[in-house]
Amino acid sequence: MQVEVRGITKCFGAVRANDDISFTVPSATIEGILGENGAGKSTLMKILSGFYRPDSGDILLDGKKVEIDDPADAIRQGIGMLHQDPLDFPPLKVIDDFLLGKRGGLLPRRRAVIREFNELAARFDFSIDPESYVDTLTVGERQQLEILRLLWLGARVLILDEPTTGISLPQKEKLFATLKKLAAEGMTVLFVSHKLEDVESLCNRATVLRQGRLVGTMEPPFDTKALVGMMFGKEVPQEPKAQPRMGGTVLHARQVDLEGIRIQIKGVDLKVRAGEVIGLAGMEGSGQTLFLSACAGLAQPVQGSFCLDEEEKDMTGRTYHEFRKRGVAYLPAARLEQALIPGLTLTEHFILAEGMKGFFIDRKKSEELARRRISLFNIKGRPDSPVESLSGGNQQRALLALMRDPLKLILVEHPTRGLDIESTIYIWGKLKERCAHGTAIVFISSDLDEILKYSDRVLVFFAGKVTPPLDARTLSVERLGRLIGGKDWDRLETEAAHA
Amino acid sequence: MNDAALITSIAGVLAAAAPVLFAVIGETISERAGVLNLSMNGMILLSAMGSFAVALATDSVVLGFLAGAAIGAFIAFVVAFASLTLRQSQVAVGFVLAQLCRDLSYFLGNPIMGKVGPRISQVPIPVLERIPVLGTIFFRQDAMTYLSFVLIVLAWFFIFKTRPGLVLRGVGERPAAAYIRGANVNRQRYVYAVIGGAIAGLAGPIYSLSIKAGWKGTISGLDGIGWIVLSITIFGGWKPFRAAFGAYLFAFLQWLGLVLQPSLPSVPSQVLQVAPFPLMILTLLFVNIGNAEWVDRSLARLPENVRRDIAKVLRALNATPPAGLGTPFEKE
Repeated sequence: MQVEVRGITKCFGAVRANDDISFTVPSATIEGILGENGAGKSTLMKILSGFYRPDSGDILLDGKKVEIDDPADAIRQGIGMLHQDPLDFPPLKVIDDFLLGKRGGLLPRRRAVIREFNELAARFDFSIDPESYVDTLTVGERQQLEILRLLWLGARVLILDEPTTGISLPQKEKLFATLKKLAAEGMTVLFVSHKLEDVESLCNRATVLRQGRLVGTMEPPFDTKALVGMMFGKEVPQEPKAQPRMGGTVLHARQVDLEGIRIQIKGVDLKVRAGEVIGLAGMEGSGQTLFLSACAGLAQPVQGSFCLDEEEKDMTGRTYHEFRKRGVAYLPAARLEQALIPGLTLTEHFILAEGMKGFFIDRKKSEELARRRISLFNIKGRPDSPVESLSGGNQQRALLALMRDPLKLILVEHPTRGLDIESTIYIWGKLKERCAHGTAIVFISSDLDEILKYSDRVLVFFAGKVTPPLDARTLSVERLGRLIGGKDWDRLETEAAHA
Repeated sequence: MNDAALITSIAGVLAAAAPVLFAVIGETISERAGVLNLSMNGMILLSAMGSFAVALATDSVVLGFLAGAAIGAFIAFVVAFASLTLRQSQVAVGFVLAQLCRDLSYFLGNPIMGKVGPRISQVPIPVLERIPVLGTIFFRQDAMTYLSFVLIVLAWFFIFKTRPGLVLRGVGERPAAAYIRGANVNRQRYVYAVIGGAIAGLAGPIYSLSIKAGWKGTISGLDGIGWIVLSITIFGGWKPFRAAFGAYLFAFLQWLGLVLQPSLPSVPSQVLQVAPFPLMILTLLFVNIGNAEWVDRSLARLPENVRRDIAKVLRALNATPPAGLGTPFEKE
């Protein structure tokens, strides 16, 4: 289906989120929508999928002007949206989730629907058990489920909002293959992303938005430099990788066995040294998060021990607070849910984090402190901004600004998930600054480039198995991708990087 | 105790559990949609008093029951209106209503205190009642007790087997996702809160027109039931059959208190009367103990096979509330 927008404008208060945007996407096309955070991509997609009404402008499907009342109406007209965080029902069975929203009848024809589901899944080579529960699926599988559901409801335009952030490399490849197949069948795909390499490898065309305006469209071959220039209005410098200066041991995991709800890990042995960066790679739910939280005392090993510092102080069975006192910090992936306190301002966060003395709050002093940190960490916000009003990148900056000094070990889940290139480079700049002062970093990422670019050593997790630490300098993207997908594991033993 | 007395007692427990069951199923439906109706305690008292008053005035138990359902529906509507339309806290509104309705029932019920009015009687089901043991337990009850059996199955079937039931679960679990699939979240919540309120409202007349016929004000012994209903809803994990088990357990504990009284003369009677309440709360604690961090911590050091079994039991017992419970829904 051909999708056309003409002069779409949408304002939120004084902010022009979309400013007179017009473009046409012919059917059987994969169109990349590029732009940094806040460029207006999401707003435009939400207008197309019925979440917002534009202040002015028209939407045309196959040349006919349409009004889209709400998301359910959008799908009736053939526009389906896959949200960044799949909008599904984790506690329900896959088949119930699939059915929910389909109209008609008091009793669903469950058996017939299961058959249709399986046929549809087989067409795209997805293997999802319709009787399993949604919360047992990986993010990639939940995306697949949503795609199947939207197709089943008759979507002819598919909008995907940052679909590659939470999924593994093999799942990404499968997603791209699926999208190409759908486009070949005549589907229009709008692929929203700030990842240039994804757009370059997938899309037939790329449209770039900046500050609510459409700045240009490009067809392959894509010129990366020009695209970056269009996205940011300037070129963003990339810092070269520096040689690590390693010090003494900060964390020693000895033959650790862990048990999570759905995953078990056996025999992880890892010595983290001061100033070192260790990347944990693997498909979502392969045990990385469990291991990382155990490094902070947030999960308990069933076997083995965790020791801190040179003197190998045994911390097994201790709480996070005791780890924290010894200079360990943990930054969870759910910034707003687990790391920050929605409703409190930046200043109030700094007061809490600093543990200021006295009963009364010294307003002046704390605001002074907040202001200093805000400028030091380049946070776009005021001391009295509630944290939930900040963008993802600025929340992450705030988290870095909240960390205490000195720290021996920082544990980070997905340090740059959902952030644009500029914030990503900034965040890593700050983290590397810490390393130069002898702090060690262990981080999880599903972005292979991030793992290879910033780690000194890499642990790969696959279905509860863990590789010995691998030297990041000699590890290629292809090899890492194969390991994450469960291949080449038998050859590992001999090549382990020496600790 | 001989066999005959035991069988009659079991039948009595089933009948005594009926009002609790209605209230628990009603609350379960409302909470499944995401509306927490905390007014239960006052609502049961008010519907007990109101339905008795109506039955007394009209000499019709049917009208009495309808009045009970109407009172429950109305109070649920107030909770829904305050939280869904006026965006007030469900907890605050529900709590205030619980107190208000209780005091209102005592105050308005003064004129009908202690009067003798109509009540429903047992309706033995022909043929089936003559089955040994089971006949007495299941088929010599009153209409509402029969209905309570049907209600469990019906509620389960609706919630888990029908299409509207699926939407109901979706609305309470993740309203944003239900919305993009075409559900009118707030209308659904209104409808199920009011239906749940009407079903729970029948608990009142089951007391005042059957089990504890009449209205006796503060000595009716109904104060507190509503709070237990709320905890049984949690114990029941928002599932009708498990909730029914909780209701029967509570009725059984109450009965046990009565039977044990003569054999334990040294224990003050009040203790045995009150005991079911803390016992119920302890059960609740036990059921959800798997959530506690210290349990996790202490389990980690047990031998593997023991740990696995305990963890399995705890996980099976554990119940998670509908994720959207008590939170308002905004479409962006």
